[in-house]
Amino acid sequence: MADLALSAPAAPAQRTLVKGRPRRRGAKPTWQPYLFVAPFMVLFAGLYLVPICYAIFQALYSNHSSGLGLGVSTTAFVGISNFTSVFTSGTFWSGIERVIIFGAVQIPVMMVLALVLALLLDTGLVRLRRFFRFAMFLPYAVPGVIAAILWAFLYFPSLSPLVPLIHHIPGAHGFNFLGQGTVLWSIANIVTWEWTGYDMLIYIAALQAVPVELYEAARVEGASERQIAFRVKLPLIAPAVGMSALFSIIGTLQLFNEPTILRSLTPSVTSTYTPNMYAYSAAFADNNYHLAAAVAVSLAAITFVFSFLLLGFLAKRRALQ
Amino acid sequence: MTALLQSGRPATQGSRHRNTFHLLPKDKVRRTTVPGMAVVLLLAIYFLFPVYWLLISSFKSSSELFSTSGFLPGPHFALFSNLAHLFTYDGSVYLYWIGATVLYALVGGGAATLFAAMAGYSFAKYQFRGRGAMFAVIIGGVLVPVTALALPLYLMFHDLSLVNTVWSVLLPSMVSPFGVYLARIYANRGVSDELLDAARVDGAGELTIFARVGFRLMAPALVTIFLFQFVAVWNNFFLPLIMLTNSHLYPIALGLYGWDSQTQYAGAPPFLYSVVITGALVAIIPLVVAFTLLQRYWSGGLALGSVKG
Repeated sequence: MADLALSAPAAPAQRTLVKGRPRRRGAKPTWQPYLFVAPFMVLFAGLYLVPICYAIFQALYSNHSSGLGLGVSTTAFVGISNFTSVFTSGTFWSGIERVIIFGAVQIPVMMVLALVLALLLDTGLVRLRRFFRFAMFLPYAVPGVIAAILWAFLYFPSLSPLVPLIHHIPGAHGFNFLGQGTVLWSIANIVTWEWTGYDMLIYIAALQAVPVELYEAARVEGASERQIAFRVKLPLIAPAVGMSALFSIIGTLQLFNEPTILRSLTPSVTSTYTPNMYAYSAAFADNNYHLAAAVAVSLAAITFVFSFLLLGFLAKRRALQ
Repeated sequence: MTALLQSGRPATQGSRHRNTFHLLPKDKVRRTTVPGMAVVLLLAIYFLFPVYWLLISSFKSSSELFSTSGFLPGPHFALFSNLAHLFTYDGSVYLYWIGATVLYALVGGGAATLFAAMAGYSFAKYQFRGRGAMFAVIIGGVLVPVTALALPLYLMFHDLSLVNTVWSVLLPSMVSPFGVYLARIYANRGVSDELLDAARVDGAGELTIFARVGFRLMAPALVTIFLFQFVAVWNNFFLPLIMLTNSHLYPIALGLYGWDSQTQYAGAPPFLYSVVITGALVAIIPLVVAFTLLQRYWSGGLALGSVKG
């Protein structure tokens, strides 16, 4: 056993003999912890840390083509000028504004739905709990892109069974899921459909970790089911709710798949509809990798700001309690 | 930072009432209320309807897609001819997509789980220099938008000639910072120090202890990490969209996106709608089966990850 032989000299002080064998209890392993983290850390460094640094580096350069644009193009250091063009361009900010409006509506709606479902399915107010839990969670098993394709069919006037139905509603005759004003909320519907069940399951899992005795105590003291739900359960699963809010915010800021798929159906979704789509089209439609890197870095920075604001808010709330 | 992500609720809270109230029904009260049931039913219809539509549409022929009601099954059974179209269209490329997706999801998910388990175990069970700093950086990694990494990764892989290879999708799939976070919780709660010390007294090396004791005790919870990484890779779209141009290496989602865009072109074959719909159904079946079969494991793992640190 190679590791035994290697680790033995590392802690000579503890080497007292017990039944003729070196006593290892309390011996501090020296190199093994690093060995265990090594595979992850190597990949993490190579695929997370290096790309972030590389993106920042790329964002500080720019391509200049000499002559008529047909000659050799040279890469030159341009400082923060890529960032200034990102931050002064209306494109980037209109994308950010769009995803913020989207998140301000979609995230609360989804979280309230998930919470209501979790509380209903947890209190046993509802029969067939296992079936309903499965039904709500099913969309999570549908890949996001396929969910978007699926909903795109349900939005597409000539295929959709829903559109004719809606057109029967008075005043909704010309309703179009893919119109200029509606498409953002059609995207919000896809995201809500995909992720509500996942959030619900996290809340249910958190609720099940609450000891039953806690409810029983509240019940004995005369609390109603509703009071138990709001006064006992909700505060106890607040950390789980905070975590899901965090992941929703990160996910919303990098919105890409759903609008990209709807884009083939409607001109209402432009190629720079969200910040990520802007980065993608800068890189692959305009071949301006340096600008794309600046967009990606700016978006990551904004994501970090939002994440830390939320984490700070959650920490403050916990401190007050 | 780590403290913020973990809940500090003591595990013993509430348990002092255990003996006083043990006569009350142990299971929660079962009472059906009409409004509660109505809300759940309505939402169940909302969540199930698109999948129901996909199912009945996969059984319809292309012309029936447009001519019959979208709420009811069609008059003819066209599933087999749709499947035949799906598996032969475009030089049977769908079969390659299945193979590629399974490869990315199984190998990527498996490697990510193993690496996360090792790292999480190490963070939970050893004191070592740099432990706190490393873990903080990893938690920071959870917050980094994956799509923000994809562009610089493309540029790096381009320089390394890895673009448009299996590795360009597989390597990034092997890293799961959130998996490390979960694995650390699992190791903290599921693997006792006494057991590890006992193994050490018996003369087992640290690697043996991890393989024979730590990993086995963590295994049920690791199913959660595997499953969620498996789904994340199966769903991966942005990364392969950027990295791959060889359509034989596409994961199903990216391939179907291509076909779906083609349905809007003039001159697209009339059966293409059915091909996309049937392809979508075939793509979700493995995930639904995996989640159903493994429910016992992942619901437990989710509970551990979401409430306690």
